Amino acid sequence: MPQAAPQLAIRVHDLVVGFGRQVVIDHLSLDVRRGEILGLVGASGGGKSVLMRTIIGLIPRRSGEIEVMGAAIGGAQDRSTQSAAGRWGILFQQGALFSSLTVRQNIQFPLRENLVLSQALMDEIATAKLEMVGLLPEDGDKFPAELSGGMTKRVALARALALDPAIVFLDEPTSGLDPIAAGDFDALIKTLQKTLGLTVFMVTHDLASLNTVCDRVAALADGKIVAIGPMCELLQSEHPWVRAYFHGKRSQMLQPKAS
Amino acid sequence: MEALSDAVTDQLDRSKTVKVDMAEVRELDTLGAWLLEKMSRRASAAGHRAEVVGVADNYAGLIEEVRQVNRGNLTPPPAQNPVIVRLNDIGRAAVGASEDLRVFLQMLGSLFLAIVSVLRRPRSLRLTSLVYQLYRVGWQAIPIIVLITFLIGAIIAQQGFFHFRKFGADSYVVDMVGILVLRELGVLIVAIMVAGRSGSAYTAELGSMKMREEIDALLTMGLDPVEVLILPRVIALVGALPILSFIGSMAALYGGGLVAQFYGGMGPPIYIARLHEAISVTHFEVGILKAPFMALVIGIVACSEGLRVKGSAESLGKQTTTSVVKSIFLVIVLDGLFAVFFASIGM
Repeated sequence: MPQAAPQLAIRVHDLVVGFGRQVVIDHLSLDVRRGEILGLVGASGGGKSVLMRTIIGLIPRRSGEIEVMGAAIGGAQDRSTQSAAGRWGILFQQGALFSSLTVRQNIQFPLRENLVLSQALMDEIATAKLEMVGLLPEDGDKFPAELSGGMTKRVALARALALDPAIVFLDEPTSGLDPIAAGDFDALIKTLQKTLGLTVFMVTHDLASLNTVCDRVAALADGKIVAIGPMCELLQSEHPWVRAYFHGKRSQMLQPKAS
Repeated sequence: MEALSDAVTDQLDRSKTVKVDMAEVRELDTLGAWLLEKMSRRASAAGHRAEVVGVADNYAGLIEEVRQVNRGNLTPPPAQNPVIVRLNDIGRAAVGASEDLRVFLQMLGSLFLAIVSVLRRPRSLRLTSLVYQLYRVGWQAIPIIVLITFLIGAIIAQQGFFHFRKFGADSYVVDMVGILVLRELGVLIVAIMVAGRSGSAYTAELGSMKMREEIDALLTMGLDPVEVLILPRVIALVGALPILSFIGSMAALYGGGLVAQFYGGMGPPIYIARLHEAISVTHFEVGILKAPFMALVIGIVACSEGLRVKGSAESLGKQTTTSVVKSIFLVIVLDGLFAVFFASIGM
């Protein structure tokens, strides 16, 4: 284990999360390796976002351990979580951009909080991040309310990448995007992972992005990870829910590739 | 359509076989298909034979679809004893009140911690935000505060002259206006105005940030929303309310003075001289000392209600209402407690 530990970006062990009488995550264990893109799939309302929000400390857990880059995560108010926070970037489903700040100020926000930089340098970095995610420098002066859905996601990604984190968490990054924009987004994530050596934890329903960008896919059903591995392994899985997910009508397009 | 279908149910129950000819029907929607299906279910349930013929091909699918729906029996939730429901509500309200107290104290505590951490690292104070909030809750509030308190002062003076004149006690109107405005009304009216004006804005802002996950985004960046968002707002309120109370009190005294001149026939020199005799610094202190505490209560209630907003737009509206109602209530309770306190220390 001591040899294996540094290779893990996220280690979740025996995690239980519930609200009231309902148990959403039931003794779940999951390892995410460094530098990989892990896709998490699961039924709508099946606890994917809950798992992600628990890992980043937003939802309290009943029991279990979570480590991110070797640091234990306690909760949002916990010191070790706050120190880990500098090493991750999060893309929320709705973007969660600060609505009172412009796009550029949004991207600069994590820089301003964590580093002491001159305004000129921060402007240059913000422009660089904007261009990295495929936006124009002029977009930097817009407010979040003026952005389209796809642009919001790109800006949110730029903000998540502002501090060059080791891990990015993406909550349904391609939902609500047209196939071309979604394809661009996938390519962008893949490029960033290669160039920056990112670890990506991605919650998604997008079969195309699972197929093209994810190194491994984890399937969450009944509060547990029922299958994990490269896409081709998951397509062979015997678990009934996983079979239904990957062999349904909508996933027929994946079949020729897999076989 | 529903009435038509109800009208044939009698007939339906009497006849052994039912046959509906749909040949002439050109358009059919889900509603019509469902009424048809209901008729045929009723007939078959009674053991009769039901048949629908002549359905246009393009609607066959719709009829078949409707045949599958509403099969499961919706069991209505069991009727509850109204007494128990009422008791349940009362119990929940009581628990809710202690929950409110807990939330209030928790916010007070985290504000205190935030102040301690700002004192330790003064650079971490959000100066831009603080100045902006001061501008919003202080500077921008001045016109409306001046207008309202001016009118209140004028009305009190007018009422005073009208009634006191009967006893020939005209000159005591100035005592009444001066003491009432400086001790109680100035700060109370301003606090209520600020609770409605700025408290509601705080709740709505923080609530919508909560809904849009902006607060979560802050948390995951390792920042404390209390320090970033709430502390500047509360400090701005605590700073602005005493100033606004002072300005409001002056406006009220001015309003009283104008009424004294034009309605009471008491010129400015006499009004000011009477005021000088009637009031002392103590009265002014009693009023202005209350202001920061009222501001703190308004700020804490507004911010903690904002953070209690759940996902829906209705919940945002509800928490904003709760915030205003609760802060006005607490401001008045606090004013009462202060009255007792100042009376017992002889101020």
